[in-house]
Amino acid sequence: MSGPTSSGSPRPPPTASAGRRTWNAVVGFMRVLRANPLTMAGFIIVCLIGVVALIVVVAPHLLTPYGPDQLTTDYNLAPSWQHPAGTDGIGLDIYSETLYALPLDLAIAFAIAGAAMIGGGGLGLVAGFWDRPGTAGGWVSIVVLRITDIFLAFPSLILALAIAVSLGRGVWQLIVAILLTWWPFYVRLVRGETLAVKHLPYVMAARAAGVTEGRIVLRHVLRNVLEPVVVYFTLDVGTVLVTLSTIGFVGLGLVYPSQAEWGSMMSYYQNAGLITAQPWTVLGPGVAIFVTVLAFSLLGDGLRDILDPRSRRVLAGTGTGSSATHEEPPVPVAEDQGELPTATEAPASG
Amino acid sequence: MGRSPSDLAVFIGKRLVQLVPVLFGIIVLTFVFTHISVTNCAVWFPHASKSTLANCQAQFSKPIVDQFWIYFVNLLHGDWGASVAGSPVYPAIAAGLPATLELVFASLFLMIVVGIPLGVIAAQSAGRWGDHLVRIFYLTGWATPTYLGAVIAAIFLAPYFGLPSHGEYTSSPPPFPQYTHMSVLDALLAGNLPWAVDAFKHLLLPAAVLAFINMGIATRMTRSSMLEVIPLDYVKSARMKGLSEFWVMYKHALRNSLITTTTVLGVTAGGLLAGTVVIEEVFGWPGIGAYAYTAIGGGGAAPNFDGAVAVVAVFAVGVVIANLIADILYGLLDPRVDWR
Repeated sequence: MSGPTSSGSPRPPPTASAGRRTWNAVVGFMRVLRANPLTMAGFIIVCLIGVVALIVVVAPHLLTPYGPDQLTTDYNLAPSWQHPAGTDGIGLDIYSETLYALPLDLAIAFAIAGAAMIGGGGLGLVAGFWDRPGTAGGWVSIVVLRITDIFLAFPSLILALAIAVSLGRGVWQLIVAILLTWWPFYVRLVRGETLAVKHLPYVMAARAAGVTEGRIVLRHVLRNVLEPVVVYFTLDVGTVLVTLSTIGFVGLGLVYPSQAEWGSMMSYYQNAGLITAQPWTVLGPGVAIFVTVLAFSLLGDGLRDILDPRSRRVLAGTGTGSSATHEEPPVPVAEDQGELPTATEAPASG
Repeated sequence: MGRSPSDLAVFIGKRLVQLVPVLFGIIVLTFVFTHISVTNCAVWFPHASKSTLANCQAQFSKPIVDQFWIYFVNLLHGDWGASVAGSPVYPAIAAGLPATLELVFASLFLMIVVGIPLGVIAAQSAGRWGDHLVRIFYLTGWATPTYLGAVIAAIFLAPYFGLPSHGEYTSSPPPFPQYTHMSVLDALLAGNLPWAVDAFKHLLLPAAVLAFINMGIATRMTRSSMLEVIPLDYVKSARMKGLSEFWVMYKHALRNSLITTTTVLGVTAGGLLAGTVVIEEVFGWPGIGAYAYTAIGGGGAAPNFDGAVAVVAVFAVGVVIANLIADILYGLLDPRVDWR
């Protein structure tokens, strides 16, 4: 959604319409951000978090006064200038540890949400597009949907916990445990969108023009399914973060003093009895996870308003500067689509 | 129109029959995922006695299909299995389920009486500060991991408000028989008012945390369905009749938008039940959430694989039934729904 603009790229875009479309997407995205200060705040905090994570990976000493495994001789200290979030029982600086956990937590969350989006989304695309009963695709579609239904019948956190206990502790085990329960959401989402898009006239037109089925799916259906999926993905990164740190808190995720992860840090302080004795140990990892998830939620929740036609009317009203009230008649749909791209909008070129 | 009680009965019957393959699938999935990588019992149960280890090894050295077959036949005979150390699963879950239901229903009640009015306020001031404040409030709950909310409530809020943060009663067991295993209800049944107040105080904090964390969906759903209803003519005419804004909103507009909000019931059931795992552990609440926490080896305990499979299946049944109830409520409220 926030791709490079055509005016900023060194070489000219391949076609005028492609550049125009990117430009429209950027303009639409900026308009959504401007319409709601909370969405804008979420976007800015997400960008800041990304920058901080990058600095921690590239040049950690700029932000963290102590190394990831550097034991100080200060045990169980309250927050001070030297240790902004205090120290724990073995002398680790909690502020530094919290920052070291940031890139790892983000990487795991993006890996899980991304893999679930690609894997589950791909299945959903196939199950939604080739679902005529009696064909091979129809059977695949039925099998995929039945399995999806079973997974969606129960809270994924509980199943992820049950899987995590048998896989053991580690980064890859954690990713596998959550991923196994995470993909079905995307199957349902993408399948629903695909079903809505695949009967639109432009798809039939492409078929009539002799475009192969595979090309129709990749070029015409996928492109129009992408927007709601990306919006959902933004919200989902936060949810994955909550889930993975909860697994850490229960004591089935990473092992804390050797690998810093926010949930595992909390688990460690809880089990060591530090949380009640020295409540400030909650602050470092607690504030970190709260701010990160809140930022992704603010951004994703604001973006989701674009997809909700009821909220979009209000959004379009504030976007143009007039005070949107419920007494105003709803903005006509045609005008709406010009401002904000919709999930079912046909592409500019076919 | 198929809206007679017999149509409803057929509808419910059909849905319950559909539940059978889903439940079987859940048990297979959970069983396979929890058992497939267990090969060496000594790794999992370092403190177990020799005979326990030998039993465990005999159980887990069989092929996974055989293990499942034994488990499933026992399950059909009403035997839910036992932990490796030998404590049976069924009595523990039967004793814990009512306590968990009490907690979940208390949270659901709080979600409804707080979350829905917040959604109305947000819709009334859509795009303005009231809307933003409500959004910040529910996203704060959304962004708080359950364990963080529970720990903060137990450490900071409990002493501040003078509320207890552990267990169901101040001293356990209470001096009256626990027929229902729901703390407040048991005390009321025994006619013991001081204990009922005590039990209510113990329930308040865990239920409030659970409600706060899951409130977002109810508020969001109310807001967006109110936005759909408010521009309609019947709301305008109610306003033109000279009714106060309060009555227009809460009697006329909310009544219709609540139809959509009932679907929230099904959506939040998963979140509420999953939340009990951590909440019950932190607040020492004796329900199946705390049982699940120990069964999956939370806090470094030895895992109880049969218990984990059973408790996941119970949670899943809870979610499916909540969805069914939501569908029935939706149908009862919306006269356009045809049961057939």
